This record gives sequence, structure tokens and C-alpha cells, in this order.
Amino acid sequence: MPELVKAENLVKHFPVAAGRVHAVDDVSFSIMEGETLGLVGESGCGKSTTGRLLVRLIEATSGRILYRGRDIASMNGRELRQARRQVQIIFQDPFSSLDPRKCIGETIGKPLEIFGVGSGREREGMVDVLMEKVGLSPRLYYKYPHELDGGRRQRVGIARALSLSPDFIVCDEPVSSLDVSIQAQILNLLQELQEREKLTYLFVSHDLSVVKHISNRIAVMYLGKIVESASSPDLFHDTLHPYSQALLAAVPIPKLNRRRERIILEGGVPSPIAPPPGCRFHTRCPQRMDICASEEPRLVDAGGGHLVACHRVFGA
Amino acid sequence: MNSAGRSYSTLAACGVAGEKRRSPWWEVWRRLRRNRAALVGMGVIIMLVMVAILAPVLTPYDPNKTDMKARLQRPSLSHPLGTDNFGRDMFSRVLYGSRISLYVGFVAVGIGAIFGGVLGAVGGYYGGRLDNFIMRCMDVLLAIPQIILAIAIVGALGTSLVNLMIAVGISQLPRYARVVRASALTVRGQEFVEAARAVGARDVRIIVENILPNCMAPIIVQSTLGVAQAILSAAALSFLGLGIQPPTPEWGSMLSAGRQFLRQAPYLSFFPGLAISIVVLALNIFGDGLRDSLDPKLRQ
Repeated sequence: MPELVKAENLVKHFPVAAGRVHAVDDVSFSIMEGETLGLVGESGCGKSTTGRLLVRLIEATSGRILYRGRDIASMNGRELRQARRQVQIIFQDPFSSLDPRKCIGETIGKPLEIFGVGSGREREGMVDVLMEKVGLSPRLYYKYPHELDGGRRQRVGIARALSLSPDFIVCDEPVSSLDVSIQAQILNLLQELQEREKLTYLFVSHDLSVVKHISNRIAVMYLGKIVESASSPDLFHDTLHPYSQALLAAVPIPKLNRRRERIILEGGVPSPIAPPPGCRFHTRCPQRMDICASEEPRLVDAGGGHLVACHRVFGA
Repeated sequence: MNSAGRSYSTLAACGVAGEKRRSPWWEVWRRLRRNRAALVGMGVIIMLVMVAILAPVLTPYDPNKTDMKARLQRPSLSHPLGTDNFGRDMFSRVLYGSRISLYVGFVAVGIGAIFGGVLGAVGGYYGGRLDNFIMRCMDVLLAIPQIILAIAIVGALGTSLVNLMIAVGISQLPRYARVVRASALTVRGQEFVEAARAVGARDVRIIVENILPNCMAPIIVQSTLGVAQAILSAAALSFLGLGIQPPTPEWGSMLSAGRQFLRQAPYLSFFPGLAISIVVLALNIFGDGLRDSLDPKLRQ
């Protein structure tokens, strides 16, 4: 499969009073056409920032974002506008991502209007089709966001993202704010749409069970860096990085008489303003070695495309 | 909420008229119709506007015709609101006065609300230096007492009705800028603004379509109060000889002219004052209702 999106040495530092927050620090990955890359990590690790960088809702400090070989990060206004037709985003909070003053039909049809697709009447028809595509009755056209439940609102957000027929969609925690029963519906819808519309996803989430369900490959982030990335089964069954191991051990098992060995990490996440030297995880790592505090491990292939950044794995 | 009923009737409308759905403005009107107080307010405003338009037909006397034999008469059948110190019929003058007063009130507020609103929205949306620059300019305007500012502007532009309205509008402008900026600051942080950018909306579109509609409530409240203020500011300027020149009837100047005769003929000030109060009250009630019906969340 050809490569659709590639992030190269992506860096995002936010200047704050106390210095610079290293939200994303030298992150590289690529996403193949038609696949779903899951991006997981705890809150504040930079995964949402990474997603927003890809659609250029925030400007990267440095690095390149290649979409079909063209660099989104360096595009000018006009090129970027055209690129927006192909690269879309679904937001986490369907309550604040929809304008409360606009009926949902207007919200869904807005991108079409912005790009001058069809006449007003034709657009209304297209919105009907979009609404049906995401499982909303076109009768809801003139409903306002507050009249819908969370799941329906998220469907509106999905319809808006689909309206320009993109190839690539960043899903920024699209189900995190929904009830579990509705999460499954939305995940199924996303998978269905992926097949039908040949979509490629970057799926950002803190919930490993959700990511496991939907992703072909998974990348684990910690403090602005990718520490491990592998195909979904590999990551779950052959976990290499101590942080990923701890993360997986924290996923609850929905069975009564099965217990898992929990790995309790000590301390909290260090400040992203002054990340620790060496391996960023060494302050909490149960398997740390002397080298970890001084030398930063590189993300290296441990075999079969399973990338990991850990001195322990390579027995250094 | 009668959502079932509404969806049903919407469907019926598709079938019968071939027209698909009702427009959002129709919805606003439907909600406004349910608010009886707002309807009364609107009715009063429409009535006053009609009076202003039809003043020549409705008035029994020429508002500027003096009659020294009939000075300072009490309200009577021939002069329903009495006569002033030049013997002019107060009823005719109050009716004619609505023309200038309403005109000045609405236009001045329009100038203030439009320019102030846009400046506030731009400042709030972009933030940073531009915001700082705009708001410091507004602070400068606010630091000067409104009436002195208006005097200075009329003084600079020259005395005329248009300049009067511009002066009053500018002197009100900072208030709109401030309230709109405050709302814009909260609105721009919401995800739907980011969502609009993600689908390729430019800044102008975001300000006009997302920021301003979500700042509507404070603009409407401020405007309905502002009309009264504008009428009174215009009156003060007229009183100082910088606005409407006598003998043109105008509520504010009639109000202040009646001051001298407050003991002998209190009706000289009372009726123009009452007219101003009615406009303000009607506008406030209507503004309240309009604000509520423009907010989809408050739909019953």
C-alpha cells in the first residue's frame, strides 16, 4: 500500500511564561493509504497536538507533514485551502465543536458552501445524502445541536468532515466523550465509512481498548515522543517498551476470575516544560538502567516493522 | 418540546408544497410570536414608526406655528397636550418630534453597534497586538465623557443632523466594542471555530458567521438601552445648540425647554419625557424577546 501521510521530525513547542512546553518533540510516522493508525498515550502526551498539527489547525514549530508527497506544513493560504478538501478532522467534544446558533443542516453543508460546490438547493440535497450516510434522518436538518444527544451530534461532526469527500481524517478522540453503548455505534460507523469511502484515519485516543478495536497499527506516545509503534496485534501480544507494558496492564479485563499483573508506575509525568534528559520515561521506568538517564534511545526497528525506543530492548 | 409534531408537519410540508423545510428566520418569528410581551413591544415600536411617518396627517396644527394668545395652555380638547410658551400645540410637536428622535436614536445606535461590534469582534478574535490597539483606542474614547466627546465631534464636523448622529454613534461605540469583545473572547476558544477553520473558512467568514451571531445577546441588550441614551444625548447636544436647531420639534430639546416652566406647566416636559420612556420600554421588552428567540437553546 502506498504511503498517504508522513510526518517527519514534527516538533511543536508552545511558549509559556515558564519556558517552552515540549508538546510534540521530534515525532515521525507514516500512514498507509486505507489504514488506521492509532495514536495512544495519557493526557498531555501530545497526541491531540499531533493530530491538530496534521490538519494544520496549529502551526508546527518545525518538521514536515507530507500528504501525497506535498508538505502541508509549508503550504500557503491557497494551497492549504485546497488541501483541506482532502484532509479533515473529527473533534473530541461534539458539544463544543458544533455552532449552537446553526442548525445541523447548515453546519454539515457549510464546507460545501465555502468551496462553492453546487447551488443552494443542490447542497441541501447533498446534505441529505451525507446525513443518511452517517445514520441521521434528514428530517433532523433544522434541528439545533442542543436538541440532539451526544451520539447524534458526533454523527453531525462526522458528516461535516465527510462533506468534502476527504481521503484522510484525523479522529481526535471521537468517542471519548460518549457513553460506552454509543461509542460502539460510532466506532462501527467510522469503520463502515472507512471501507465504503476508502478513508485513511489517524485515530487519537487514550483508550487502548477503543484503539485496539479500530487500528491496524498503533503508536504509543509519552511526553511528546513516540516510544513504540507496531501493528495492532504485535503491540498487544509482544509489547516491548516498559511504558506500553504499563499502559496495557492498566486496561481493565471484563472477566470476573481473571486477574492481571498490574504494573504500578511511580510518580507522575514530568513537566513537559523541562522534560528529563536521556529517555523521557527513565524517571518512572521499573526497568531503568544507567544509560537511560544520559542517552536518549532512538526509535529503532526491533524486527518486522515493530519500532521501539528503549535501551533495554536492544541490550545496550 | 413538540418535536414530534413539528417533524410531522415538516414532512407534510414536503409532500404538499414541494418546499422542503422552514427557514431559520421563520423559526425565529415563530418563537417571537409566542412571547406576548415582545409582541406588544414590537407593536408599540411599529405604531411609533407609523406615527412618525404619518405625522402630517395626524397632527391638528402646524408644530411650528406660534400663537401668542394661546401660550402655556393646559391640556384641553382643542390642545390635547396643551401649548408651550410660544403657544405651539404640544400634541403636534410630540408627534412630529418622533420623526427626529426615532431617526437619531436608531441611526446613532446603528452606527455605534455596527462599527463597535465589528471592532470588538475583530479584536476578540485576533487577540494580541491588534486587540490591544483597538481596545486602548476604545479606552481613550471612554475616558472622555460621552457628551463632551460628542460635542467635540459635532464641533469638528459642523452642525447638522447627520453629524449629530455620527457624533452620538461614535460616543457610544466603545461600549459595543467592549461587550462584543468579551463575548468574542469566549467564542473564539470554542471548538466550532476551529472546526470552521478546518473546513477552509477564512477569518472574515468566521467573524461574520460564527463569532458575531454568538455575540448577539449582549449587542441586542446594549442596543435597546442605547437608543434611549442616544435620544437623550442628541437632546443634550440640541440644547447646547449643536444638534437640531429650534424650532424643529425633537423630544429631547422639548424636554429641556419645558424645564423653565416646570411649576406652571409641568406637561411641557412630561409628555416628551413620556414619549421617550415609551420608546425605551418598548424597545427593551422587544429586545429581550428578540434575544431569546434568536437563541435556539431557549426554544420552548
